[in-house]
Amino acid sequence: MHSAISIKNITKNYGALKALDNVSLAIEPGEFFGLLGPNGAGKTTLISILAGLVRPDQGHAAIMGADVQRNFRDARRMLGVVPQELVFDPFFTVRETLRFQSGYFGIRNNDAWIDEIIANLDLANKADSNMRSLSGGMKRRVLVAQALVHRPPVIILDEPTAGVDVELRQSLWQFISRLNQDGHTIVLTTHYLEEAEALCERIAMLKQGEIVALDTTANLLTRYGSVKKDGEGKTDLEDVFVNIMSGGVL
Amino acid sequence: MKTALNKPVLEYGSGFPTLLRKEIMRFYKVAFQTVAAPVLTAILYLMIFGHVLEGKEIYGRLSYTAFLIPGLVMMTVLQNAFSNTSSSLIQSKVTGNLVFVLLAPLSHFEFYAAYILAAVFRGIVVGLGVLFITAWYGLPSIEYPLWILTFAFLGAAILGSLGLIAGIWSDKYDQLAAFQNFFIMPATMLSGVFYSIHSLPPAWQVVSHFNPFFYMIDGFRYGFFGVSDISPWTSFAIVSAFFVVVSVIALRMLQKGYKLRH
Repeated sequence: MHSAISIKNITKNYGALKALDNVSLAIEPGEFFGLLGPNGAGKTTLISILAGLVRPDQGHAAIMGADVQRNFRDARRMLGVVPQELVFDPFFTVRETLRFQSGYFGIRNNDAWIDEIIANLDLANKADSNMRSLSGGMKRRVLVAQALVHRPPVIILDEPTAGVDVELRQSLWQFISRLNQDGHTIVLTTHYLEEAEALCERIAMLKQGEIVALDTTANLLTRYGSVKKDGEGKTDLEDVFVNIMSGGVL
Repeated sequence: MKTALNKPVLEYGSGFPTLLRKEIMRFYKVAFQTVAAPVLTAILYLMIFGHVLEGKEIYGRLSYTAFLIPGLVMMTVLQNAFSNTSSSLIQSKVTGNLVFVLLAPLSHFEFYAAYILAAVFRGIVVGLGVLFITAWYGLPSIEYPLWILTFAFLGAAILGSLGLIAGIWSDKYDQLAAFQNFFIMPATMLSGVFYSIHSLPPAWQVVSHFNPFFYMIDGFRYGFFGVSDISPWTSFAIVSAFFVVVSVIALRMLQKGYKLRH
């Protein structure tokens, strides 16, 4: 059986900047996986390579066994990406946006599933509103809906809760968790480490284009259980993250 | 709720028809700007030049107004085909929403075909608008409708391709405006829309033959009057060759992901 995501020896340079340095990683079907790191660590570059938006200088990546370059059609059909930036097409309504996105994947008559996504993301009363008129949180929901419209088995969310309110965050995580329970592979990048700790079974940490930690969330917390210096409370992922990023020993 | 993986297996087709439809819907939603405004501009040209040059004859038998109408129609077709692809791409790039198309399993051929056909559609819709509005001046005769359709399609496809190249190449509106104002606009205005090149000094006649837009206009006009500055077959050969060149460049840019996939 293929890994949901397979990354082998990926290197990407932007001029003198090494964005990714020989990164290898496998994410299995059904995992809820966290990809963490400070700004500029290479998370979005890695996601962009998986999505076919960026071409690696070296190495290969595959989604459910489909190479993202050579077999891009299958790879893209099996991948849904929620981009980090709040982007939208100002010409269309929410429903038109979702129908177009479905059509780009060659899926016709997808209205029943589109209606379900709209209902589950609390977009029903905005379905016929122009995208320009939506709040930031609502636009974020539409981005999530667009990533799900072709029913991909692998979903990548690049900082999906950046700048959104608590209510949306909670409803979004409930929805994403349900997708994961039903077998979807979820990859999450976030700067809200408590979210990653609560949701992700396994975590990779990137620093300056290299994977500096890769383990189950539980193992990472156990390994760094002695890190807490004040002796109060239990170690959380933030402590682990800070320690690893500051060069702590694994 | 049943989630996506519990649904029946999807059947995938091509994303091309949807991208084509979206590109047509995009200009249709702002039809005042994309259709009505260029029609009005063409009418103003016709009113002003038709009035100033009234009584002048071209090819020894055509009134200047009759000569001008096909040229204005074709100029409108060309400029609007260019605008459709170039403005769509630069807007999508600047606002970032091009990512939704790039994430989809569309080949570079599908991407190209959808953008170009939408550009051809807009060019021809606006061109027809100009033709019908100018009807009260008297519709020009139509000698060879197939030549008219051939040159309209090829011309619009060429300008759509140039718009795609310009839209991909430009990082900001300023660069696109430069491409439009310093290349497309002079090439169309100096292509024989407003005059027969036989009325030019010999040196400028030679220069005009290096302007591919001249052959589009001249061939298109031949379809109306059965008379032109050069043979329509020569124009067809040159316009077809130019279409192949710009298409290959545009397709290569898309295939390589030039300024789209980094």
